Order: sequence, then structure tokens, then C-alpha cells
Amino acid sequence: MSELSDLYQEVILDHNRRPHNFRVIDHASAKQEGYNPLCGDRLTLYLTLDGDVIKDAAFQGSGCAISKASASLMTDALIGRTVTEARVLFDAFHNMITSDPSGPLADVSAEAQGAKVDLGKLSVLAGVREFPTRVKCASLAWHTMKAAVEHRTDALALDAVEGPVSTE
Amino acid sequence: MTTLAAGQSGRTAVGFDVARVRADFPSLSELVHGKPLVYLDSANTSQKPAAVIQATDDYYRHANANIHRATHLLSERATALYEGARRKAAAFLNAGDDHTIVLTKGTTDGINLVASSYGRSVLQAGDEILLTWLEHHSNIVPWQLIAEQTGAAIRVVPINDAGELDQDAYAALLSERTKIVAVGHVSNALGTINPVKAMIAQAHAVGAVVLIDGAQAAPHLPIDVKDLDCDFYVLSSHKVFGPTGTGVLYGRRALLDAMPPYQGGGDMIANVTFEKTLYNQIPYKFEAGTPNIAGVAGFGAAIDYLMGIDRDAALAHEDDVLAYATARVREIPGVRIIGEARHKTGVLSFVMEGVHPHDAGTILDQQGIAVRTGQHCAQPVMDKFCIPATIRASLAIYNNREDIDALVRGLLKVQEVFS
Repeated sequence: MSELSDLYQEVILDHNRRPHNFRVIDHASAKQEGYNPLCGDRLTLYLTLDGDVIKDAAFQGSGCAISKASASLMTDALIGRTVTEARVLFDAFHNMITSDPSGPLADVSAEAQGAKVDLGKLSVLAGVREFPTRVKCASLAWHTMKAAVEHRTDALALDAVEGPVSTE
Repeated sequence: MTTLAAGQSGRTAVGFDVARVRADFPSLSELVHGKPLVYLDSANTSQKPAAVIQATDDYYRHANANIHRATHLLSERATALYEGARRKAAAFLNAGDDHTIVLTKGTTDGINLVASSYGRSVLQAGDEILLTWLEHHSNIVPWQLIAEQTGAAIRVVPINDAGELDQDAYAALLSERTKIVAVGHVSNALGTINPVKAMIAQAHAVGAVVLIDGAQAAPHLPIDVKDLDCDFYVLSSHKVFGPTGTGVLYGRRALLDAMPPYQGGGDMIANVTFEKTLYNQIPYKFEAGTPNIAGVAGFGAAIDYLMGIDRDAALAHEDDVLAYATARVREIPGVRIIGEARHKTGVLSFVMEGVHPHDAGTILDQQGIAVRTGQHCAQPVMDKFCIPATIRASLAIYNNREDIDALVRGLLKVQEVFS
């Protein structure tokens, strides 16, 4: 049976109380809204890019502990990485939180090493996989990030993805 | 209905045996995460008594055939079950005439039917549809769709800080431009009971037609459409202890007769040629295609179940549990109750300082306690109170004070995790 302490680890509760990078970036290279209509979680993600490198990442918004901690940890992890690495990190993180809870946790860090990406601290969110109703909370910031970097690199799609990202 | 002051009176219901009622609902004996289920989500959907489960099973075992279409015995049985449920629904609402009862897929379907059929045929640019800030999305969006197509405008009755409709604003918003008033009998997000009888009379005085969304009222309050004098009343089977996927639209006979069909298909026609199709009489005109016969059979059993209990005593019992819940939850430090209308039924919505409702919902679930957390399909209500979501404990006839004690213990555990 899933345990509450698997989900609400001390690190997650800390990030909920004092989220990192919880601020606005003026003149961000990419700004994207994410919204989960199911629970009302809303966030705005800001990225500063220097070429292909994410120099700064920050967010604002309101949400549950899981979505806030996930955004906090994600922005920490993004700073200093390339957009390609951020995409690999997205896949690794998504695999981790959606993997079958009855099986062993996939060695996502090793899998992602090819792109020099290690989930590191993000693995505290692995417990989410045992709570299917909360996967969308943990993935909201990540889907928002993915949309934000796609905005930047695909000028043609800019108008089409102006609206908020939804995980529904 | 309850008043908040009743919480202190310690009034208890006589003549209502909640233990016996609980024994009628098999799912209440479920273990959830190894803990006894405490079901406080009946405004979302109710649990089903054994009689309802039996009735759907019986249909498939002994009467499975299509209705109105065949000469064989099983079809006769199926038709008898289906039309029997319609008669029961007519009695349940005191509609009098069975033909004014349209069997639908549920409340949402009923509202869409009225918006599409009645709304589209009467509304013109400049006309107004009057809604309220308390409405469920399903009593907002169908009207927006029709407003877009017809050029009608939507006006909205505001609410006060207690979560009650502003009746002065309502009176001021009504005018000869108001063609339709659509209002919930009871708010799903806050539990507010709206004074619909008076509101209907005021709307009629300016010539407007009134639809009452009774989804949240029917499980708690006796409904009398003649006494209310409403034009349309809609409800869902699954909120009144029946199966999902069916419900009722009551409509005033003259209105239903004049309305064009909503969907075309089998059973809704009298004669079909490529030149011209003649529609069936009401209510069949609005019942195209093979319906949810098993669901309707179960719905009939649910109405029998509800009409077989002392509803005044059941309501007094529910009022007692709601007043008790309000008083107990209010005692928890950092809790703010959302919606403190003088007249409420069935719903206790609240927020906890420092804890997002979604986190509270997961921690409560781990203790076997089922509540709903989120916007409750009522985003305007959340916006009014400047909150993203609430924790909603909602009650039915089978809940008792022990359920509330479990909820309070659960909420203290939530605070412990987030301390």
C-alpha cells in the first residue's frame, strides 16, 4: 500500500513552504502559463535563455504542495542546462512519475546520462507514481516548460500556443 | 433545510433510523486503503442501495429487450419498467401528467435540451438569459452556446459574502428583455438553498420562463413542481441514489408541445418519409434512440426507495449532521468555511490555512475519507471568494455524526503533515 510519507517527503514540504525561484523574471525570453482546470492550479513559468542555455528559470502561481514543489525543484534543475537537456529531463521525469508503481523504479538517471542529465533531487517526487490522481499536479510545471521551450524554437507555432497549457 | 444556529441546539431527528439506511447501501461497507469508507462526496454522486443494484440486474436477467418496439414478452417487460419509472418520476416531482416527464441522460442533458430546443426557438438578439453566480458549469455553458447562436445576452445575479443570491439585484435585473431564468435550486459548491418559488413568481411577472436545476436539491428536499410553478425542472438519477446516465426533465406541457425536437432518431417519430417526418407526441419527441433502459429501471427503484422513507425525518437527520459538521469543522484552527447561507443543505465547503485542498484530499483518502476537492465545476463561485478551490464534504441520508468525527480526525492529520 502506498504511504503518505512517500508522497509528502520533508524535502517536498520544504519546497512547498519556501519554493525556490518563486519570482517574476522581467524581460524573460520565454513566458508560459500552465493551468490544471481539475484542481485550479495555475502557474506562470519564466525562462531566460542565452543561445541554447537556460540561464535563469522562475515561476509564480498557486497550487498544491506537489505542483509547487515540482515547479521549485524543476526550476532549480533547469538553470544552467541546455534546452535539449531540459527535454531529456522532461522525458526522464515523466517516465519516473508515470511508471507502474508495482514494478521497480526505472533507473532513469542512468537512462538520461547519455545527455548528461541526472534526475538528482527530482527523484523525491518518485512517490507520485503511487498516487495516480496526483500525477497531473507533479507534471504541470513540466508540461508548461516543454511548451515554453517549444514556443521559443518554433516561431511558427507562437500564435497557436499563446493560450495556457493544460494537463487535462 | 438547516440554519447554522441549529448546530448549537443539538436537535436530533426522531423516526429516522440511520443504521438501517446504512445497511441498505452495500458500498458503505467497503474498505478504502484498509480503512472503513467514510463517504462524504454524495453531491458528486450518491452511493446506491441494494434495491437499485438489484433492479438493474433484474432488467438484464429477466427483461432485456428494447422498449416500445416489439411484440414479445421481454420487450413488454422492458417497456413496463421504463414507463413505470416515468410514472414514478412524475409522482416524485408532483408533476401530475406523465407526458411532462422527459427521460434524459441527466441534468446536463436536460439543460442542453431546453437551451437548444426552447432557447434556440424563442431567443433573439437583445433578449436576455438570467443566470446566477452560484451556477454549476452545466447551467452556464449550454446558455452561452445558445446566446452565441441567437445574439441573446447573458446577465448574472450576484451573490453576497454568505453565498446567498442578492435578491435586490435579481429584482433589478429582471425586465421585459428577460426571456429565460436558469437557476439552481441548491448550490453544489456551497449548499445554499435558493428561494426559487419566489424567484419563479417574479420571473413570471415579467414574462420570463424559468428552468430550475434541481440536481442538488432532489436528494434532500421534497420537490413539487406544481407548487413551485416552474416551467422546467431538471435532475439526475445518480444524485438520488439511482444509476448514472439517466435523469429527468419536467416541462410545462404547453411549452414541451411547442418545442422542436432536440435530437432526431428512432422512437421520436410518428411517420418518416424523405419528404416530411411527423414527430411523435411528448415526451417521446425528445427521446431519440435506445435509452439507458437498465439505468431507468434502477432510477425507478431509487425513487421507490426515497418515497419509501420518511423524508421529513430524513431531512431533519441530514440537517442535524450538517449543523454538527459545521460546528465541529469550524472549531479547527485555520479553517474558513466558504458559504454560510442561512438556508443550506447537504454541503460543507471550506479551506484550511497553509494547505491546498488537493493535498488535504489525498491525505483524507489515505484515511478512508472521500471528499471532493477542487472547483466543483463552479469556477465563478471560487473566483467570487478569491480561492482556487475548496474541500467539500457533502452529505446524504446515510451519513451520521461518526462520519463527521472521522472527518475532523482526518483534518487534524492533514494539519499534522503540514505542520
